[in-house]
Amino acid sequence: MSTSAKTKGFPLPSSLAVVAGTERAQAAYPYYMQFSKEDDERFWFYNTMHFPEPMCLFDTITAEACYCALGSANTRVYCLPTTLGIDSRIINGRYYIGGNAVTDPAEIARRITEFEKRAFYYYEHWEKFFGQWKEKMMGLIRETEALPKVELPDLEPIEHVYAARGIAENHYILETYQKTLEGYFRMWHYHFEFLLLGYGAYLTFFDFCKKAFPEITDQTVARMVAGIEADIFRPDDELRRLAKRAIELGVDGEFRQGGSPDEVIKSLEARGAAGRAWLEELAISRDPWFNINVGDGFYHYHRSWNDDLSMPFSALPGYIANLRAGQTLERQVHKLMAERTDLIAAYRELLGTDEDRAAYDQMIELAHRVFPYVEGHKFYCEHWYTNLFFNKIREFGGLLAKNGFFAAADDVFQLTHYEVEAALIDLMTSWSNGSPPRGPAYWPEIVKERKAAIAEWAKHPTPPALGPVPDIIDDPAIVMLWGITRESLDAWLAADNRALSNEIHGFAASRGVVEGIARVVRSVEEIDRLRKGDILVCPITNPTWSPVFQRIAAAVSDIGGSMSHAAIVAREFGMPAVVGTGTATQRIRDGQRIRVDGGRGVVTILE
Amino acid sequence: MMSSSENISWFADITLQDRPRVGGKGGSLGELARAGVRVPPGFVVCTAAFERFLTALEKEEPMRRQVESLAAHDLGAITDTSKRLQARIEDAALPDDLRADLLAAHAELCGGHSSAPVAVRSSATSEDAEDASFAGLQDTFLWVTGAEAALRSLRSCWASLYSIPSIAYRRKQGLPEAGVAMAVVIQRMVDARAAGVMFTRSPLTGDRSVITIEGAWGLGSAVVSGEVTPDRFVIAKITGEISVRTISEKHIQHRPKEYGGTEDSEVPEELRAAPCLRDEEIIALKEIGCSVERHYGRPQDIEWAVDQTDEIFLLQSRPETVWSAKEQAPVARPAENPLQHVMRIFGGRR
Repeated sequence: MSTSAKTKGFPLPSSLAVVAGTERAQAAYPYYMQFSKEDDERFWFYNTMHFPEPMCLFDTITAEACYCALGSANTRVYCLPTTLGIDSRIINGRYYIGGNAVTDPAEIARRITEFEKRAFYYYEHWEKFFGQWKEKMMGLIRETEALPKVELPDLEPIEHVYAARGIAENHYILETYQKTLEGYFRMWHYHFEFLLLGYGAYLTFFDFCKKAFPEITDQTVARMVAGIEADIFRPDDELRRLAKRAIELGVDGEFRQGGSPDEVIKSLEARGAAGRAWLEELAISRDPWFNINVGDGFYHYHRSWNDDLSMPFSALPGYIANLRAGQTLERQVHKLMAERTDLIAAYRELLGTDEDRAAYDQMIELAHRVFPYVEGHKFYCEHWYTNLFFNKIREFGGLLAKNGFFAAADDVFQLTHYEVEAALIDLMTSWSNGSPPRGPAYWPEIVKERKAAIAEWAKHPTPPALGPVPDIIDDPAIVMLWGITRESLDAWLAADNRALSNEIHGFAASRGVVEGIARVVRSVEEIDRLRKGDILVCPITNPTWSPVFQRIAAAVSDIGGSMSHAAIVAREFGMPAVVGTGTATQRIRDGQRIRVDGGRGVVTILE
Repeated sequence: MMSSSENISWFADITLQDRPRVGGKGGSLGELARAGVRVPPGFVVCTAAFERFLTALEKEEPMRRQVESLAAHDLGAITDTSKRLQARIEDAALPDDLRADLLAAHAELCGGHSSAPVAVRSSATSEDAEDASFAGLQDTFLWVTGAEAALRSLRSCWASLYSIPSIAYRRKQGLPEAGVAMAVVIQRMVDARAAGVMFTRSPLTGDRSVITIEGAWGLGSAVVSGEVTPDRFVIAKITGEISVRTISEKHIQHRPKEYGGTEDSEVPEELRAAPCLRDEEIIALKEIGCSVERHYGRPQDIEWAVDQTDEIFLLQSRPETVWSAKEQAPVARPAENPLQHVMRIFGGRR
């Protein structure tokens, strides 16, 4: 990206200090993630969409693997002519990213030729390759499910000796761990196999609409392409189905607000055939649809609905009540489709020339063809596979905890993935030589220190961006996914000047005007604080929190574009949403009365 | 109701085909009224009326020849002639039957309230005449009360054909005086709570999918003249989304004076930063704008007013000219390979 000669900009990376007392935790992140002096010369932004909370030392593997695959696809596989990959740094637990661009015209020309050979091939064979992709992903999921259990017996099972296996059990600790990591890195490659091309096709249509209709809103364009049939909506569909079945079987009375899943299940078991029938329906829904987790795939503590039934169960009383009140819970898919078709036709009619209409037809057809992947992949990658991965790591944590390295299995996440391998080799070695492992004397203090660092980092706000502001931001991923554009940067910069005003501006994601109490929710643990009619204010917008949407009156986020899933879900629920505000979670206080105008993209603090 | 005649045409009887007789403004008001759009009631004093009047004056003393004998660059002579001819038009008696027609129409329009305020506006019969360089400065009179005042305003509109710039323009272009005529619209005034303009094609970007409304408190002349920075609203025609709502500080409004005419008046403190239109009114205006555009088959620039009882009126509608005149290249052309379109995104926009 080219940088302008402006002096007005964001703070330099070198001006950010490591929070006092957390220096050792900061230093433990891999060397290639630490800021250095040269980094002052480029632009970085804080990716609160995916990494809104400070990152544990292990969890940084999510970003590493993600960006590794993303960059490979752009830079080496499809050869995007002007865009390479994402570089990243971490400070005080906060993830900053920056994009790399190609500027040399000769190089761009060379890459255009390659891009046309490679990317066009994918577009041409999209449906076939997507079909194959689903098989590949399921193959990877089954492979990972089939990894051996993580355990160390006292003696090698004698059957192995009789079978002359020749490899002791401790070796498989290392092999399984490495396979676990390998599978995770591989998942991200699959994730990006189609993604940037899919976004690009959407952006192509979007760009055309903005030129043909300069004053069209982002959300109108999004409505023409997105949000209808994708697997990411299935988990919530299953909840609606289960609510309906509960009423049909006459067991809906067992679902009361505040009951724990265990209590509910016990009381259903006591309801005889009807209760058992419902529990069978639950088993059907859970596999695979409860593999959705409550995050976006980047934190080990965002558990899946299967791991923790309290999230899906907390939604059932509300859905049951709505059904009893005569509301239909069906996602109005046919209505949405009809509206979408009408919208597309109406705008087509307004175009000025036959050429425009023919081009429009071509572009929207491509956008419709590719978009199911863009929305559909998340369930398999950031949810199902990610859960498998983190749960496997938990198994290693469990083994280490059993052997005194940690107080609890989850402490494993306070170590980098390199350090976990070291701890495992320590354990393997002690199994082999009979001496006690050295970890128990080493890790507990460090784990304690790092937990304290994470807690400390969470208290400190961090700038939304660092470094000199670039003139152009044209990476399709950055524009689309994070809602970062030249305009939003200007708005963030201007927000400093407007810090005293009671208005916060962002993207108008879903129309409507609502006033209510703001609940600033920074992590999934806090979701339960939301009461009916509250307004959700969060760093990220997250569709997997969809059960929460039935409780809230409006949604406000720090980062996100009209493309974000919560914008889509908010539109479906017909509630106002303003995304990409930059600083809503910092400027709005919990409990404040606010007004959200989703049609204008303005949030007003009323008191 | 009095029927239309050679001298007078009521809005309901006018179509765009009548433009040579009733001028552009008159023609479009008639068209709107016939299309069922609410316009303040009125009639047009046709070009025939002007010609009758002028014929009578010519009999006494030639006017047209005087103008045709002027040299385009002779500003001194033009000024003298203009002064004299304008004075004649303002002072000379109207032919009796014409005067009777006008008084009867005015009385009918005012529905028995002889001091009901009217607007008297010239309605030029040629494209050239729309141009500011040709139209007189005194060609719109607002809040005119009483029949005699209306007739005086009518004469002033006619007299504006002989203003210095008008004469100079015609002499420069070599236009024959025989073709010079004017129609004048006389219509009821809206006592406007708020008024302004509406563009069915964005004046900023030419976007055909949005309606732009600008408005302020009081009579629309404040917005049209540019004296007040209006509130600005942008509404999507298809989705009804109001995507822009810029409320300005509206210090001044044009209000009627007690005995006729209008004046600047201060806007009360609490209204200055208040939107001049409610959302329902914005949507209603948008619907009217869309239907007028459909009726004419092309984008329109529209003047509107909301009266003190919250009724919406259109005061004028004419074809949008700025963007229609621009060369309109397609945004994109269909590609032989549809995939080529993605190169716009991936190929670098620098």
